[in-house]
Amino acid sequence: MTDETLLSARDLSLHFGKIPALVGVDADLWPGEVLAVVGESGSGKTTLLNVLSGRMRADAGAVWYRDPARRLHDVHAMPAPALRALHRSDWGFVHQNPRDNLRMAVSAGGNVGERLMAAGNRHYGNIRAEAIDWLTQVEIDADRVDDMPRTFSGGMLQRLQIARTLVTHPRLVFMDEPTGGLDVSVQARLLDLIRSLVARLNIAVVLVTHDLAVARLLAHRIMVMQRGVVVETGLTDQVLDDPQHAYTQLLVSSVLQA
Amino acid sequence: MSAPPQMLRVEGLDKQFTLHLRGGLHLPVLHAVELAVHAGECVALAGPSGAGKSTLLRSLYGNYRADAGRILVRHDGEMVDIARAPPRTVVQVRAKTLGYVSQFLRVVPRVPALDIVAEAAPDRSREAAAALLHRLNIPARLHALPPATFSGGEQQRVNLARGFIGGHPILLLDEPTASLDAANRDIVIAMIADAKARGVAIVGIFHDAEVRGRVADRLLHIAPLQDAA
Repeated sequence: MTDETLLSARDLSLHFGKIPALVGVDADLWPGEVLAVVGESGSGKTTLLNVLSGRMRADAGAVWYRDPARRLHDVHAMPAPALRALHRSDWGFVHQNPRDNLRMAVSAGGNVGERLMAAGNRHYGNIRAEAIDWLTQVEIDADRVDDMPRTFSGGMLQRLQIARTLVTHPRLVFMDEPTGGLDVSVQARLLDLIRSLVARLNIAVVLVTHDLAVARLLAHRIMVMQRGVVVETGLTDQVLDDPQHAYTQLLVSSVLQA
Repeated sequence: MSAPPQMLRVEGLDKQFTLHLRGGLHLPVLHAVELAVHAGECVALAGPSGAGKSTLLRSLYGNYRADAGRILVRHDGEMVDIARAPPRTVVQVRAKTLGYVSQFLRVVPRVPALDIVAEAAPDRSREAAAALLHRLNIPARLHALPPATFSGGEQQRVNLARGFIGGHPILLLDEPTASLDAANRDIVIAMIADAKARGVAIVGIFHDAEVRGRVADRLLHIAPLQDAA
């Protein structure tokens, strides 16, 4: 067990005009840990994900990332090329809409292989073999490798995005509502896939979701956000089964029991 | 032979619930609870329904937050206070030291019974998982199926297999025989006896008086608190 965090944020603040999106937010993530950020729309959870991943700047505060050589990097002070390189290698980002990440005019195999090439891989045969291996891991038939993503269903597109993200073996993946907008049966398959891949590859994840059941299934820890403020944080089952804050109690009690 | 080591010690545990959606209503459930459990010992929580037996069991697991007091668990040779430990430590204590068998299996969609049990085994052994499921009379034809469609008793036995396979030195059991017939109940009683013989410390809720009589070394009475004025 290491006590060194993979990612740490301190006192992040960000306002959109008069609307507070982040108010004094601290966050820590350790290697191999899944942290869920939950809250209603407008609570600031997606903004937090964007700030943690350096895609958006905060008005104040800092985000630190520790690389495999244990060097600390101030994510918001990094030169843009270095941040892009990080996003291509050590990090991954899974968007709610897979079309925001995939290249729709490139084959499924090309989408996966492209990230390998961006990470410096040049051997075509290896890239294709690796792409096929990853399609299989996300339960897409190998004979679909040359098909265009537009022929894929929503669930398949999301699985293709996950293959594209994980092919470079990132240590840290940011996920924004990865199961949002999918049919329930498709969601279950995707959740099971994410759960097993994350555990097997020991990937750290910051997962934004409004779905408490998704958080319970995937996350070790949970942060509850309301109007840009982290109102409660702790072990996932503790926060969901014994919520302390009024807002968390409201969220938990608002879930329909199936 | 030296006395068996203390595995779990509760000191001055208070627990209340504050219901913010009910005008901040305070529901005190546990006050000044004391408990010590040694290796190889089984303590049964006794008391009327609603007295707080499940609340105590969940607090011991770190599922509920303690308002006051300490919950000391022997983990890697040290006493760790579950009530104060950071979440990451609680995750590690649960992985290695502290097992919990809930009353109902929380099924994960699509995951087969065998995988649910094997994932909880220390070495992820599928053979050990299959053997334990067999011992609990879950036939091989069910092993590859997700338990969502299983009967209540079958789900409970999958849950028991998952709880017992981890080899945790401390086990918390919430009504482990509630949905079981007599034959399966006897198997679970034998499993509890085996665990005790291996030195596992057990705290459990057993409504069935016969089960309680056969597994428990002593009782801890939990009396309902008066509602706060």
